Formats: sequence, C-alpha cells, structure tokens
Amino acid sequence: MHLLAMRQHGQAEFVEQQFIGILDHPVESSGVLRYDAPDRLEKRTLKPHEESLVLAGGVLTVERGRSRRVLDLHAYPQALPFVESIRATLAGDRAALERVFRLDFTGDLAHWSLALVPLDPRMAKSVAEVRIEGTQDQLLKVEIRQPDGDHSLMTLRPLAAP
Amino acid sequence: MSRRSLVLGVWLGCMVLAAIIVARARYIADLSAFLPAHPTPTQQLLIDQLRDGPASRLLFIAIERADSGTRAQIALAMAVQLRRDAQFSLVNDGEPVGLEQDREFLFGHRYLLSDSVTAQRFSAAGLHAAIQDTIDNLASPAGLLLKSLLPRDPTGEFPHLLDQLSNASQPSSNDGVWTSRDGARALMVVQTAASGSDTDAQERAIASIRNAFAVSSRVSPERAGAQLRLSGPGVFAVMARAKIKTAVVRLSIASSALVVVVLLTVYRSVPALILGLLPVTTGALTGVAAVALAFGAIHGVTLGFGITLIGESVDYSIYFFVQSRRPQPGTQSLAWQRLWWPTIRLGMLTSVCGFASLLPSGFPGLAQLGLYSISGLIAAALVTRYVLPSLLPRGFSIHDLGPFGAGIARLLRPLREHRGLVIAASVAAALLAVTTLYQHRATLWNRELSALSPVSAADQHFDATLRADLGAADTMDLVVVSAPTLDAALRGAEQAGAALRPLIEAKAIGGFDSPVNYLPSLETQKARRDSLPDAATLSADLRRASAGLPLQSERLLPFVTDVEAARQAGLLSRRDLQGSSLGAAFDALIMQQKDRWNALLPLHAAAPGQAIDTARVIAALKLARLDEARVLDLKQESDALYSSYLAEAIHLSLAGFGALIVLLAVALRSLSRVARVLAPLALAVLVVAAALAACGVQLTILHLVGMLLIVAVGSNYALFIDRQESLHEAGGEPLTLASLSIANLCTVIGFGLLSFSQVPVLVALGTTVAPGALLALLFAAALSPRESHA
Repeated sequence: MHLLAMRQHGQAEFVEQQFIGILDHPVESSGVLRYDAPDRLEKRTLKPHEESLVLAGGVLTVERGRSRRVLDLHAYPQALPFVESIRATLAGDRAALERVFRLDFTGDLAHWSLALVPLDPRMAKSVAEVRIEGTQDQLLKVEIRQPDGDHSLMTLRPLAAP
Repeated sequence: MSRRSLVLGVWLGCMVLAAIIVARARYIADLSAFLPAHPTPTQQLLIDQLRDGPASRLLFIAIERADSGTRAQIALAMAVQLRRDAQFSLVNDGEPVGLEQDREFLFGHRYLLSDSVTAQRFSAAGLHAAIQDTIDNLASPAGLLLKSLLPRDPTGEFPHLLDQLSNASQPSSNDGVWTSRDGARALMVVQTAASGSDTDAQERAIASIRNAFAVSSRVSPERAGAQLRLSGPGVFAVMARAKIKTAVVRLSIASSALVVVVLLTVYRSVPALILGLLPVTTGALTGVAAVALAFGAIHGVTLGFGITLIGESVDYSIYFFVQSRRPQPGTQSLAWQRLWWPTIRLGMLTSVCGFASLLPSGFPGLAQLGLYSISGLIAAALVTRYVLPSLLPRGFSIHDLGPFGAGIARLLRPLREHRGLVIAASVAAALLAVTTLYQHRATLWNRELSALSPVSAADQHFDATLRADLGAADTMDLVVVSAPTLDAALRGAEQAGAALRPLIEAKAIGGFDSPVNYLPSLETQKARRDSLPDAATLSADLRRASAGLPLQSERLLPFVTDVEAARQAGLLSRRDLQGSSLGAAFDALIMQQKDRWNALLPLHAAAPGQAIDTARVIAALKLARLDEARVLDLKQESDALYSSYLAEAIHLSLAGFGALIVLLAVALRSLSRVARVLAPLALAVLVVAAALAACGVQLTILHLVGMLLIVAVGSNYALFIDRQESLHEAGGEPLTLASLSIANLCTVIGFGLLSFSQVPVLVALGTTVAPGALLALLFAAALSPRESHA
C-alpha cells in the first residue's frame, strides 16, 4: 500500500475480457490505462471502439464518438466499485478502500493479491467481488465478478512513464 | 348659483370621479411597459417567449457557504418538499428522480421514439450490424449497466434514445446534486406552473422556495451556515416590482416633504401651502385617472414618473402666489390674470406640445407618460387659474419675497454687466458640448433593452454565471416551426431537424433540442411502426443475422415478443406524456398562439461561449425549403425592437420640438423672441447630454424623455423672463426671479431625488432633468438682454 501511495503516475496497456452469460464467447477490448495521483484515472479503450473514461474528483466522464456522459459516482453507486477499486488501490489509499469494501490482502510484495467485497448492498447488486493482483507497486490483473456469474478480467502490462 | 360655487362644484365633482377611477384602476409592474403595443407576429412570439415561454418560468436556486456535503443535504431536502408543491411543474437538482418512470416510458415505446428505426435496420444485415455494435458496447462499464436489457433490446434502441435526449451538456455534480463549476454552490432548477408574467404567482413560488430552504436549513447547526440565492426571470420581475413600488412610495413622500418645507419657508403661511398643493394633487389624480381610462391598466413606472409632476405643477401655484402679491392692493388676482396667466398658459401649452409627441409612441410606457403629463399639467394649470382665486381667503397674503428676489438679481448682476462675456461663454459651452457629443456619437445611445432593466449588473452577472453552470446559457437562439396543428408543427420540426443535422457535423452548431425527441409526428411514428417486421420474418432474419456473432438468436425471443407488441400497439399522443418530466420537457418546446402551433428547437453552440452562426442556420433551412421555419435570436430580436422604439422616440421628440417652435412663433410673433426663449433650453439640453456622455453614461430612451422635460419645464422660465422684459415694469423683476427660483428649487428637488432611486429608468430621468432645469433657468436669466433694475 505504501509503495503504491508513493507513485505519482503510471501508465499501462490493458487487455480486458468480458465473460457474459448470454454471449457464447467473451468480448475483448484493449487500450491504455493511465493514473495520476491522487484521484485521476483514465481508461482509454482503443479496440474495438475508441472510448475514453475519465474518473476525476468523484465524477466519471464517458466519451464515446460524439456522445459524452457525465456520471456522479455518488448518484450511481452501482458504477462506483468498477472504478473506485482500481483508483483507490493505485493511490494506495487504504482508508478510501475500506470505506467501500471489505479488504482481504494475501501474498507477499513480489506477488500480492487483494480481494475487495463491496459493503453497500446497492453496490453489491452490481459487483460481487473485485480481485486485484500485482507485484511491488504494479498492478497486473483486475478481475471483477458480478453476482449473476458474469465477470471481466483485465490484464495489465506496464509502460514506461512518458 | 354664483360663478364661484359653480367652479368649485365642477372641480370637486371631477376630483371625486377621478378618485373613484384611480381606486378601481389596475396596476402592473412587469417589463411590458417596454414592449410594443402592436407587435408583428415575430415580435409577438418574442413577447410570448419573454412573458410566458418556458424560459420565463425557470427559477435558479443556488445554495452557498457551508461545505459541499451540507449543501447537498439541504438541496435534497428542499427538492423533496418542492416536488410535493403543485406550484412547481419541474424540480431538478441532478438527482435521478423520475428517471425510473421516464425510463420505463422510453423503453416501452422505443420503437416509436428512436430515430434509427427503419426497415433497413430490421433486415438481416441491419440486425447483424446493430447487434455487433451493442455487443461491442458491453465492453464499457456504461454498457455493462445495460446488459440485462440485451435480450429485449439487442439493437440498442434504448441507449440510442438516451443519447438522443441528452444532447445538452449536463451540469457537473457533487455529493449527488448539481454544483457550480467552481464547486462553491449547489444548484437546482425549478419550473413554475404559472407563467413568468404572473408576478404574484412568481412571488408566491419564490416564498415557497425560501420557506423550503428555511425548513431544511434549520435541521442542524452546520446547515444553518448555508445561504440561499435565487435568480431567474421571475425573481427579477418580483424584485423589479418591489423596487419600483418602494422607490415610488419613498420618493413621493420624500419629495412632497421637501417641497412642503420649501413652500412653508417661502410663504410662511399654512393656508398658502395647502392651496399651493391643490394644483399638484389635482394634476396627479387627473393624470392617473386619464391613463387608467385610456389604457385600462397603469404601469408602476408611470406612477414613478408622476413624482416629476410634483416638481412642475407646483410651479403654477408659486407663480400665482408670488406674482399676485403686487403693489396694487385688492386687485391682485385680476392683475395676475391679465399679466401672467397668458404666459403660464403658453408655458403649459409648450409643455403639452413636448409631451404630446410621446402619445403616438408604440411603447406603452412612453405613451402613458405623455398622457399622464398632458392631462396632469392641463388640470394643474386650470385649477391655478380658476379654482385658486376663488379659494383665496380674505386678507390672504404671503411673506414678501421682494428682498429675496432682489438678492438673486444682485447675484446675477455681474453676469449681466458682462453680457458679451456670458454670450461668448455660452457659445463656447455649446461648442464644447457639441464636440463632446460628436466624439461619443458611436456609443451615445444604449440600444439594448437590458439598459432599462431594474435588475442590477451584479444580479445579471450572477444569473449569467448560474445559467452557464447549468448549461442553460445559450438558449437565446431558436428555430421556430409554425403550423396550424400540433402534428404539422411536429412534422415541420422533423424536417428542420434533418436540415440542421449536417450543421452539427460541420461544427456550426453543437446540437439542438427538439420536441420530436419526446413525441414524433404521427406520420413518423406510423412509418417507424410499419418498418417493424412480423414475428416470423424477424425470427428468420435474426437467425441469419446471428451468424458470426457470439449471440444465439434463440436467446433473443424477448426481442421478437417486444417488436410484435410494438407492431400491435397504438401511436403516442401528447396525453401519453402528461405528468412526467418528459412531458414537461416536451411542453417547454411547444407553444400555442391562438390557432398556430410553434415547435421550438433551441440551438446549442458548438463550444461554450461560441456564438451561433445564424446565417448558416437560415441558409440550411432555406435550402430545405422550410418556409414555415424561422430563426429567432431572442436577444438580438429584443434589442432590435428597443432600438426601433428609441429611433421612433427620437423622431417624435424632434417633431414635438418643431411643434413647440411653431407654437412660440405664433404666440410671440417675433423670431428674435422665439430665439431668446429657445436658446437657454437648447443650451441646457446640449450641456446635460454632453456631461452625461462625458461621464460615460450611455443615453437611453428615458434620457430622451428627460430632455423633453427640460424643454417643457425650462420653457416656463424662459417665457416668464421674456414676459418680464416686455412689461417694462420697474421693480417687477425681483418677484419674477423669486418665483422662478422657488419653482426651480422644487423641480430640482423632485427630480434630484429620482437620481437616488434604485430603478435605472427613474435615475436616468432624474440625472437629466435636475441639472437640466437648473441650467435652463441660469441660462435664461444670464442671457436676458436687459440691465437689471434692482
């Protein structure tokens, strides 16, 4: 946590797979994830469609083609665990994580794993558990499980900071 | 019956009648005093927009101080209370309230509402592309939220519909409610059920909002630190009315009191004071009654102008008392009638001439002022001539003003001894004034309607800030489609929308709202419904469409069921929207004028602060041959309107001035005397106008009226001095100077007080007339050709 908190910014390529019950095979997307301490997280999807998702100061801005939508995470608790889990972990902000999730940290510095379970029942309706794996101050995998069995797996490959 | 009792009887009867009319009159205080009486259809639309349009019913609520969380709690509590209040048709604080109901409606009727529903989209190829697109969308967290809807809406009509509706940029939010961009205040928007021009209803609605705030901020000590601020057209209207009301009451009391003090000091006689105020009250009462009879309703501003009449009509009694105190005892009134009444009558007629030029104005405020002044002045003069002499008690006398007048004459003597110098100085002043006016010619007149608004610049700025934060800033440009029926207007709006869409691509506009997003025309709804395939065709097409997709067509059975249900369902009408926030949004974009329906398509700028290129919008509509569509730039339109009234008023005033010259020429029968009477007036007007311009004041229509008043009041001074000269009467001049000085003092007091009011129209009048009247007297006295006899 402390190591993570020291990082000011980072950038990683990601590949995300969504396993959705109704679909025969997973939907895959990829792009770049960028973080600036303490509370700005940008997920720029390049494939299959360009999309930008910026979390800054508790407000989520989704831009896609010509449409732009702004969501206040306070008003949409169901969307909160998807982004806050990654943001607070990157920020090394244990207090913020504990406000939203029950934490379970296992492993050692070389290979750690963090299991997050939402506390708020409204959030639990959309997310059952978030598992984050990493090494040192790098995130490697983010897995989000939904209560209906659907889940997503994001694999990260760190890029040198620009 | 004696002549005396006949005169008094007629006068009393008229007063009772006028009092009854005044008591039963209707008083209004909105901006309509500054809107045209006989508008063109475009102007009518503009006025309806300003008075009753959806924009006129918006109130903006800001909660400041305290911390963000506390502000949000207050806003949420207020919203709960206001939503229960029937006075408000819409309460929005950024909460997703009513969203559930709206979503159900949108989802249930998505195949009638979505503009992407075409036969092509429901072919095998179209379905394949649409489903592929939806699956791609699932990869984003926003898409994930819609996952559960996939089996029923695989073509993504519902998310498309949400996009279609959220054209305008959303305000930012914090702690669950809207906040300003700088995060310093929580924001809400409410729409009143009553129209914006119903000032009483607006006042009640504002009181309810204040009450809701008081209730929710009483809950805890940290909430008590918060502060409420309101803005919007209704707030302004209520504020303006209150301001005009207090200003009129306060100024009338103050100027009456001051005039009473002056008159008491001068006359040192209570009966003289009471008699002296008779022409004033008679004039005011007659003026209001005349306006009530002619116009049906009286503007609050007209009453404000009424104060000015105190300043002018009190002059008549002053002339009467002072002049009638002549050396020949017992014959005062008769001498007065013979020597001075013709001059007062001529002065009154020149004033009437000036004010008559306002009567034909299309600006109800000006026309009312004209009628008020004409009837008031005539009444005051008649009372002075016929009623006052009959009421003079035996042995009536006022304090001798001879020494006072002699003192003034002494003060003037140096000026008169160097008459050449005075004339040279006057010519120089005139030249300087003309030069100044010429230098400021480009910015001399303020052509914006907002110049007359009683709302302070700070309040207007606050309003603009809130609007910008709420994304309501650029609703000043509209495309209006007019048609005889609602459905035809909606059809027109659809065609206009098709013509406007390329402009979004070209970045000429950022987007536009349209009522057809909420309710398409019947023709379009029917076309969309007809484009839906039957269950058998759809199932077969889905099987072919799902080839190569990770989605089995068997899973989409709910979709087939929904499409079949949509094929059987009826079309939507306005009734189906009623009571929902979608209905409120639709109503905001539809206006009915007698037998015409107007669909409003507000345009959004491509970037914040960027102006909309209306010429391109007009060209696009013209290209599409949409003759019933017009582009309306609300601000430009209202300013153009005001500008045309300003031009009209300038022409009318010049005509009035011309009539005044003719009148003087006929009465005085000497061009040089006419010139001597007019020169001081012209000088006073020029110098005041130049001084205002030099101080950075932009002249408005009310300054123009002020100049007219300078001529009206000043003509009395010039005529009296001229008359005095023609009498060749030794020892008479001090009395004339005394009466003129006292009359002038009363006028300067009355108008001077106006300059201290909070109402710009009254300030404009006061700052013009008070110095102007003083200057007119000074110039008239200084330029009078004869050596002083005192």
